[in-house]
Amino acid sequence: MSNLLDIENLSVRFPTRSGSFEAVRGISLSLGRERLGIVGESGSGKSMTGRAILGLIRKPGQVTADRLEMQGESLLTASPKRMRAIRGKHISMIMQDPKYSLNPVMTVGDQIIEALRTHEKVGKAEAYKRALEMLDAVAIREPERVMKLYPHEVSGGMGQRIMIAMMLIPNPEILIADEPTSALDVSVQLQVLEIMDKLVRERGMGLIFISHDLNLVAGFCDRVAVMYAGRIVEVCEAGRLHEAKHPYTLGLLNSVPDLERPRPRLEALTRDPAWREAPSVSALL
Amino acid sequence: MSLPEIQIEGLEVFFGDGTERTRVVHGIDLNVAQGESYGLVGESGSGKSTVLRALVGLVPDWAGAMSVGGEKLSRIGRSKEFYRRVQMVFQDPYASLHPRQTVDRVLSETLALHGIKDGVDARIDRLLEQVGLGGGFRFRYPHQLSGGQRQRVAIARALAPEPKVLLLDEPTSALDVSVQAEILNLLSDLRSEFGLTYLMVSHDLGVIGHMCDRVAVMQTGEIVETLEVDAMRRLQAEHPYTRHLLDSALRSSGHAGMAADAKLSAG
Repeated sequence: MSNLLDIENLSVRFPTRSGSFEAVRGISLSLGRERLGIVGESGSGKSMTGRAILGLIRKPGQVTADRLEMQGESLLTASPKRMRAIRGKHISMIMQDPKYSLNPVMTVGDQIIEALRTHEKVGKAEAYKRALEMLDAVAIREPERVMKLYPHEVSGGMGQRIMIAMMLIPNPEILIADEPTSALDVSVQLQVLEIMDKLVRERGMGLIFISHDLNLVAGFCDRVAVMYAGRIVEVCEAGRLHEAKHPYTLGLLNSVPDLERPRPRLEALTRDPAWREAPSVSALL
Repeated sequence: MSLPEIQIEGLEVFFGDGTERTRVVHGIDLNVAQGESYGLVGESGSGKSTVLRALVGLVPDWAGAMSVGGEKLSRIGRSKEFYRRVQMVFQDPYASLHPRQTVDRVLSETLALHGIKDGVDARIDRLLEQVGLGGGFRFRYPHQLSGGQRQRVAIARALAPEPKVLLLDEPTSALDVSVQAEILNLLSDLRSEFGLTYLMVSHDLGVIGHMCDRVAVMQTGEIVETLEVDAMRRLQAEHPYTRHLLDSALRSSGHAGMAADAKLSAG
């Protein structure tokens, strides 16, 4: 079976006064019909990887790769018009905070319908019906009422479920979720993730789940790639995270306070300059 | 037993005026012993930060009785002694440091405000030392510091008047887990070194479990349950909301969760 995404030697650079800054330094990964987690601290390049796939790196940023293909089609050479068609229809992205990614002056219903009608020729009545069904699928009660609301009238958890509905309604093959629950309370985080997980699995989509929370990613992914300073330092099966060997991965795992296993002191990460120079581990399938 | 360091009785907080006036905290009682570390947990909007803000006088409209270190607090305005005794560390180190003032200026201004004129130079060096920053950071601006370093500066600023009580409002939720570990270790060290009393607000039960002795769980402006951290670790929570929080925390950190016992208690 062919992969949904193939990325080889991807780099993202930003020119600065003191030379070029490389946010992503030659990573390779592929995505099948699976759930791939990308984990790392802020500044490790994980979000930039997601944005580069969608062609969302603005100038003066530069994206280079030996290969950046979606089901065999190059995303590097695609025209802006073609990229607009790809975004949403084939690859969708859920960002961190629904407060900033929903249009504040448009009702929830209109936004979802617009997302659908941009990519598919459907009548208004049909689009309305499908938007209702989609809201129902993300466990929103009274979808008719919610359709008429503006984003400031819904809670954070509901906003993020609306984002998921909007991103999934054109039926994309790939979903990139960039810290989808970091802005939410713990008690609603899991609910949102479970809904996302269920829909992704039912529709046989590929998921790239970007997060700084290693444990959370392990619970919702099949494979995990750990990024440090723009490179992948370790790739492992999510179920075998406890067998991880790289000191950075272990450091991340051990620095989290654990409710069931209290320790007098948390382990602080000591960074080895050699990690930065070590070649990137391939996450190709 | 000695008098509690922080005593709150029947605290009610109101937002808005006239017909819009709404009660957001519904009469809570809280005692924090001297040298204790007390946690407040709950989701956003539960009123946990509002309690801290009422305590330091940032919320004008409140009722009830509050005292810190035996001093009864008036509705607005706090004495000079109060601010020497009680200091606050805020959630977002990016927003709580003046972008155009150097670390040196931030700290020396705080010292001047508290009437400390002797040996300012040596004090600043010592403060930076205490929070694990060398003298090399003294003349930097906030944008030249990482998130963790900024939070260290914010902690140094809080320590400057040699307080007895630190109010910590989600001190690590804007930081990476690896940096969070460093800051939490620093806070533990400072507490044992100076015998500080902490009142800490967080939505992260793991962090609260690590840092605190006792916890109060807040929901919609009320304390629904208070429990010892040991009891929380043994998952001996009574209130369904506490159990729900614990279950979410456990499952998101890759544990089995409480599903099995939750079913038992439901049936």
